Amino acid sequence: MSRDSRWRLAAVLAVMLLGACSGMPVALDPHGSNARQTARIAWVLLWGGASIFALVMALVAYAILESPTRRAWLGRRAFVIGAGIVFPVAALSALLFYTLTVFGVLASSRGAAPLRIEIVGQMWWWRVRYLDADGATVLVTANEMHIPVGRTIEFALESADVLHSFWVPNLGGKLDLIPGRVNVLRLDADRTGVFRGQCAEYCGAQHAKMAFYVVAHTAAEFDAWLAAQRLPGNAPRTPALQRGRALFIANCAGCHTVRGTAAMGELGPDLTHVGSRRSIGAGALPNNVGTIAGWIAASQHIKPENAMPSFDGFSGEELGVLAAYLESLK
Amino acid sequence: MTPSAAPPGQRLTPLPNPLPRPDDELARLEAAWKPPSGWKLLTAVNNTYIGIFYVATAFVFFLAAGVLALLMRIQLAVPENTFLDQSLYNQLFTMHGTVMMFLFAVPVVEAIGVLLLPNMLGARDLPFPRLSAYAFWAYLIGGTVFFGSLFFGNAPDGGWFMNPPLTSYRYSQGQGADWWLLGIGFIEISAIAGAIEIIVGILRTRAPGMSLDKLPIYAWAMLVFAGMIVFAFPAVILATMLLELERAFHWPFFIAELGGDPLLWQHLFWFFGHPEVYIIFLPAAGMVSLIVPTMARTPLVAHRLIVLALAGTGFLSFGLWVHHMFATGIPSLSLSFFAAAGMAVSIPSAIQVFAWIATFASGRVQLGTPALFVLGFLAVFVIGGLTGVMVAVVPFNWQVHDTYFIVAHLHYVLFGGMVFPLFAAFYYWTPFVSRKRLSERLGRWVFGLIFVGFNLAFLPMHITGLAGMPRRVYTYGAGLGWDNLNMLSTVGAFLIAAGVAVFTMDVLRNWRFAITEAAGNVWNAGTLEWLPTGAYSVRSIPIVTSREPLWDQPDLAANVDAGRYFLPGTATGRRETLLTSAVYARPEYLLQLPGPGWSPLLAAAGTAAFFLLLTVKLVVPALIGGGFAIVMILWWMWGSDPGPNHAPVNIGGGVTVPVYVTGPASHSWWAMVSLLLVSGMLFGSLVFSYLYLWTVSPHVWPTDRDALPRLPYPFVSAALLATSSVAIAYGGRALRKADADSPGSAHWRVRLGLVAAMPLLAAALGVELYAQWQAGFRPEASSYGAVVYTLAALQGQYVLVLIVMGGYTLARSWRGLLDCQRRATFDNTMLLWHYAVAQGLLALLLVHGFPRSLG
Repeated sequence: MSRDSRWRLAAVLAVMLLGACSGMPVALDPHGSNARQTARIAWVLLWGGASIFALVMALVAYAILESPTRRAWLGRRAFVIGAGIVFPVAALSALLFYTLTVFGVLASSRGAAPLRIEIVGQMWWWRVRYLDADGATVLVTANEMHIPVGRTIEFALESADVLHSFWVPNLGGKLDLIPGRVNVLRLDADRTGVFRGQCAEYCGAQHAKMAFYVVAHTAAEFDAWLAAQRLPGNAPRTPALQRGRALFIANCAGCHTVRGTAAMGELGPDLTHVGSRRSIGAGALPNNVGTIAGWIAASQHIKPENAMPSFDGFSGEELGVLAAYLESLK
Repeated sequence: MTPSAAPPGQRLTPLPNPLPRPDDELARLEAAWKPPSGWKLLTAVNNTYIGIFYVATAFVFFLAAGVLALLMRIQLAVPENTFLDQSLYNQLFTMHGTVMMFLFAVPVVEAIGVLLLPNMLGARDLPFPRLSAYAFWAYLIGGTVFFGSLFFGNAPDGGWFMNPPLTSYRYSQGQGADWWLLGIGFIEISAIAGAIEIIVGILRTRAPGMSLDKLPIYAWAMLVFAGMIVFAFPAVILATMLLELERAFHWPFFIAELGGDPLLWQHLFWFFGHPEVYIIFLPAAGMVSLIVPTMARTPLVAHRLIVLALAGTGFLSFGLWVHHMFATGIPSLSLSFFAAAGMAVSIPSAIQVFAWIATFASGRVQLGTPALFVLGFLAVFVIGGLTGVMVAVVPFNWQVHDTYFIVAHLHYVLFGGMVFPLFAAFYYWTPFVSRKRLSERLGRWVFGLIFVGFNLAFLPMHITGLAGMPRRVYTYGAGLGWDNLNMLSTVGAFLIAAGVAVFTMDVLRNWRFAITEAAGNVWNAGTLEWLPTGAYSVRSIPIVTSREPLWDQPDLAANVDAGRYFLPGTATGRRETLLTSAVYARPEYLLQLPGPGWSPLLAAAGTAAFFLLLTVKLVVPALIGGGFAIVMILWWMWGSDPGPNHAPVNIGGGVTVPVYVTGPASHSWWAMVSLLLVSGMLFGSLVFSYLYLWTVSPHVWPTDRDALPRLPYPFVSAALLATSSVAIAYGGRALRKADADSPGSAHWRVRLGLVAAMPLLAAALGVELYAQWQAGFRPEASSYGAVVYTLAALQGQYVLVLIVMGGYTLARSWRGLLDCQRRATFDNTMLLWHYAVAQGLLALLLVHGFPRSLG
């Protein structure tokens, strides 16, 4: 086993001991170039820090326990200057130089021209707009972003209300969403997968439940996904689903959009393809007919104070067809 | 005989005052310093009493905020827990941080300074005893009411740093944010009052011979601490004023659509917030620097380097604040500069750590409980410092910012860097104020439980943060890998609580307040606070010849207690201490100190009433409370400025000092200058806000010169301001000829100067307000209007204060209490007057000159 892997194994074991066997923490499990560079720095910092700590503790023990004649050198002013000034200046200068060079690399783009996605943070969900090269909106969705592997994604981050922060640790560091500003975060995925993100700037009551997913596809899969998403919502095929759609337009169109229907509300997330998402409520629940029904009837119990009231006036049958309709919007 | 720097150990003969001392000298001294008894203890102003009250109150807030943390940890022990709902959890984490930072951390280190410093410096008390009493009562009343908001479900829930827009009127519609802004805002008055007192005390009330190079290292730490408060707190005071103006009157400082910027808050807050953590750490480092040499039974190694390190930390810490904002999208040049600065600040701390190790190495350590807590501090603080360097590395910061990694880091540096030294200090200094020591046996248990509990609670959080858990989340999903880590942290938190509980029990069982019968110098320490003391502090004020006077002058304690040194009694029959020069500590004059009284407590109650009633929008009762506070303050001030009411006093050794001094050498002048520094920083923060908002929103700035108020207005305003200063100067010149005994025209010219200056100052402001209003600017219309009117509002606060002070000075002149010799009242008023005029002129230049200079 190479030296590098032996250290990494030791680290994994230590982490697992403390992390109780759930594997590498996501920030040290990079799936994109930003996260990869950062993880490299992180290991240097963690090992360097641990070593310096061990050394200082050894010196403390030596200073107290060793015999006075043998520890006399430790009591001299020269030692204080050497350890307290010379060593830190040298170590920190090296660290600063190293990190500034890596930092420069982080900022650069990869692959073809970046794919631009505009994210608008809301309390407590993510409005997502795919843009073309001229800045026109190509697709509106919510709480889930799909991206092609190996291409730089430019996330243009804005906020509609308070401060939020966009963080998907498998892919890279975070950047805040600040009202009045557009912050641009460049990330990429270098392998396919599903990566979880979460808001990382306290934004009020349900900050804890403002998550999102980034799904990385091969280029071909991504093109197929995008094409499917750009189509209008599935027309309901059965009478039950048609009834569901009717209920939807009567009750939900004020806040939600399903392209291809009369529902064009923009206060809440776009639901044109809500059935295709991994979660609902911005990561609050997995996505199936049961959870959709539960959300509609009792969202205030699941995510109290969120902007959607609990629609508890539906009969069981109505709720069922409404949820089934939404689930059919794949 | 002037005290000279004799080599340590050499007895100075003859000592200033011979034996035997007159029979009634000690009795008269004791009578002057007699503490009030029973419920009248509330009127005490002696630093020993105020210090104890203060430390005890801060410790109670520590326990209270700790309980909040335990509740939070119960909620987070398992995923999807329903022990607390989001509303209560968000209030709890906000209150935990706010109470720990503002009602525990800064007050406790300030309180220990209030308790220890006079004794350590060889003084009888702090220079402004009623001010520290006022500061304490304001803190107690304000802090208790603020904490009480939790019980009404009305506590703030915006996080302890209260970032807008979440905390502005649109998204925080309850009163919680107002409790924070007005409640904490006014408690900062306590901190600043304490800081001014500590600066003047350390620089001007030391024992003769204690030149700056012999100043105890803890006093150096407190001097830097107090200086940092003076320069850092005004930024957060301004920020709270701006946010409250936005909430109450919708002046848009932080609202992007109207030209404001949420980042303005962050800049102002963190300009305070970063020095704040060093404000908390440096006193603890100072305590460690005294405890380590005593435990090692050898002088501190590299003393001068540590002094440099303390000053260096204080200075550097003002250049770091943007590292709290690395994830806000600021330009890379900023990022690189602040990353480098953040790394640099660890160097002074490293110097101190290795100096302590060197001190251990050159001595023989006695491993009592204080030493154990110092070792714990070293381990925990070094980890915190190392993770601090890690988060100074920008790309790593971008991953761990606002996650549990930061929660881990901040607790390692704050708990490690301050709470561990605090417990060491409790065990170390309890014999100074208690008949019995704390139990060494239980102390080992306290240490073990807290040390193990702390690491169990917070070490896993480094991983929890890297595993993706953000801060300030009331719950989390199962299956994210955070479950077991959180459970470990919760168990650890309860272990800490167990340790603290054992400690509290030990205190209740063993701590018995005593001054003269206190357990005394059980550690065989070398600094002056361990001299035999009474309520009057030391019987006579010693001559200091080294840094560890008790080690180097073996007969010092006996001679001090016998009254052989300076001022062995009371010369005027009142409480007194010796004022000495700043660098060489040569005796300069005798400072007459006040005894117990109701006015500080009542003034504090009135001040608290003003701020707290405003929070619930009961404006008229608030104004009544404020008015009452002003009356109480004037009553208290009326008893000060005694004038040269006694002949110069022979303090011993042929040294005769006056009992009253005015002008730049006086302690009140120094306090006033410190207050002007605070004011200057407050104004500077507002000027920064103006310029910053312009860089962010130039589109709301007037571009057309014709849109601005027409030019005669600012010139008229400036002329009125300048004339106001001239009037005061005229009064000051007349005062030099105003004899106490003669009723001559000089007194009338003094009064004329004051009477003329007040309306001139007010009119200058009136003209400016009128000019802005006429030009059509409105404070709620844009951030430009908001900041222009805020400059006027700030000036208005000074105008109000100066009208009160001017009127008060007039009253003293009328009653024959102001003349050419007895003029401290006039001098203080004059200093603030000229400052306010300068501030007004600069504000006019900025508001009327800057937009015109844009072309």
